[in-house]
Amino acid sequence: MMTKPVMDQKPLMLRVTENKREAPDYATLFFDHSLAFRPGQFVMVWIPGLDEKPYTISHHNPDRFGITIEAKGIFSRKAIALTKGDLVGIRGPFGNGFDIRPGQVVAVVAGGCGMAPLATLVEQLPGDTTLIHGARSKDFLLFPDRFALPREICTDDGSLGHKGLVTDLLERRITNGSPLDMVYACGPEIMMYKVFQLCETRGIPCQVSLERYMRCGFGVCGACVCGKQVVCKDGPVFGSETLREMKDFNTRALLKSGREVDLSLYFSWRCR
Amino acid sequence: MGIRFLHKTLKNPTVLASGILGNSKDILERVHENGCGLVTLKSIGPEPRDGHNNPTVIDLGCGLINAVGLPSPGYLNMENEWAELEHRNFPIIASVYGGSVDEYRRVAEYVSSKKPDFIEINISCPNSEQHGMIFGINRDSSRAVVSAVKKAVSVPLIVKLTPQAPDIADIAKACEDAGADAICAINTVGPGMVIDIESGKPILAFKKGGLSGPMIKPIAVRCVFDIYKAVSIPIIGLGGITTGEDAIEMVMAGATLVGIGTAVRYRGIDVFQKIADEMDAWLSERNLSLADIKGAAHGEG
Repeated sequence: MMTKPVMDQKPLMLRVTENKREAPDYATLFFDHSLAFRPGQFVMVWIPGLDEKPYTISHHNPDRFGITIEAKGIFSRKAIALTKGDLVGIRGPFGNGFDIRPGQVVAVVAGGCGMAPLATLVEQLPGDTTLIHGARSKDFLLFPDRFALPREICTDDGSLGHKGLVTDLLERRITNGSPLDMVYACGPEIMMYKVFQLCETRGIPCQVSLERYMRCGFGVCGACVCGKQVVCKDGPVFGSETLREMKDFNTRALLKSGREVDLSLYFSWRCR
Repeated sequence: MGIRFLHKTLKNPTVLASGILGNSKDILERVHENGCGLVTLKSIGPEPRDGHNNPTVIDLGCGLINAVGLPSPGYLNMENEWAELEHRNFPIIASVYGGSVDEYRRVAEYVSSKKPDFIEINISCPNSEQHGMIFGINRDSSRAVVSAVKKAVSVPLIVKLTPQAPDIADIAKACEDAGADAICAINTVGPGMVIDIESGKPILAFKKGGLSGPMIKPIAVRCVFDIYKAVSIPIIGLGGITTGEDAIEMVMAGATLVGIGTAVRYRGIDVFQKIADEMDAWLSERNLSLADIKGAAHGEG
């Protein structure tokens, strides 16, 4: 084949090599492909003839990667039903990813499928890590046997671990453990906001991974703007300094039409 | 490099093209802070409209192909944005579209009451009253929409033209005659199509899309050159401008201001300051001003 004169970024067409059911409504699609990637980055996943949506990389090896999908709407229900051999288009990775510093004492706080972008981070963190994981119930706990380090678990219904919120466990960890250098969080935006607030009162820097409706993935169309930030390009991971200035954090988002709405309305639309 | 454009003095000749970023006051302010002389609010339509499903924007390396599909909250659903924009410290263009002359007039009239510094009408839309024929490819429909909007607005009117017109200079002249205060050219080229050969499907969900970026620059330069000969109102020239040298070339074709869109992809959100600085450097090395080179390509011989 002739070398291409220009480098395009059309979807890279890959076949699903495995579909692993992780929990009710969660599945991971694996692809045998080497992808240059940093934890926290995402790819645009195209199902030809249907739609294209952003997903984080939840599994990453030199010759394989996986994306974990929660079935919520039309696209994600189709996606978790894909089987070995089905063709999917991948653009990216896009975005900044988490900022990882060697030797830090950190806490990683995951809510629900917010564990997906944090999983590869946990595997790369070199130092002293506390993993806090919240889920609806014990059946919805993502990757229960994946990590060498223990995790502190909470569930909404008390079916496993503490009955309550991840912020309860984080607060306990901050109060009783060695001082934290960084807190990483991903989950429902209200959860990330509470984590941010708690970190602010305790003087701990944090990084959270935001979600907004996206189109281009590379910072030109403006669909995913959040305050002065373009989530697909400047984010999706934002640190405390940016979050302090971001007045749309936990308050507002744009619908597909560009209409600015309260976050609750945005999320009820996204889950259709 | 302050530059006069109609009733305003801008800090430099760079303009954020419509449809790029443009979705909120906050992000427009950031674009302004990154060196942009004049920013364009994302196109406003008569009704709430989601636009197309993804994929909507694909990078072809030599530029983009897009079919975003003119998403808009609808002109009556933007009160928050207008309230925030009222307290801006930078000039804006409000871009407007419609599917009939009356829709253009109605949206533009309302938008005008919100006091943007300029209104731009995108006349690359299909006319629902004429079997979907694009307004901007025909003299009569272009004139009809421009004159109706001009009567309804109280701020200067910019008309954005499509290179799909067989004779874009002729359309520009018709718009000037109908009362346009400035021309913006060009909109995306095409439509084009990209097919994924593994699935055998067009990649864009809408199948066809407009081309932008470096691959269309020679077409844009030629269009601006032709328009400059035909009209005496100022021109915002855009299409593929990625560097200061590209911008200088567009000014030599006849542009007063230069629009920038796709270059945000290739050089980042501070591309506006970079291009303005590169233009300055090029001019000062030669001891020239923008006025010296405007339309220079039209000289004798």
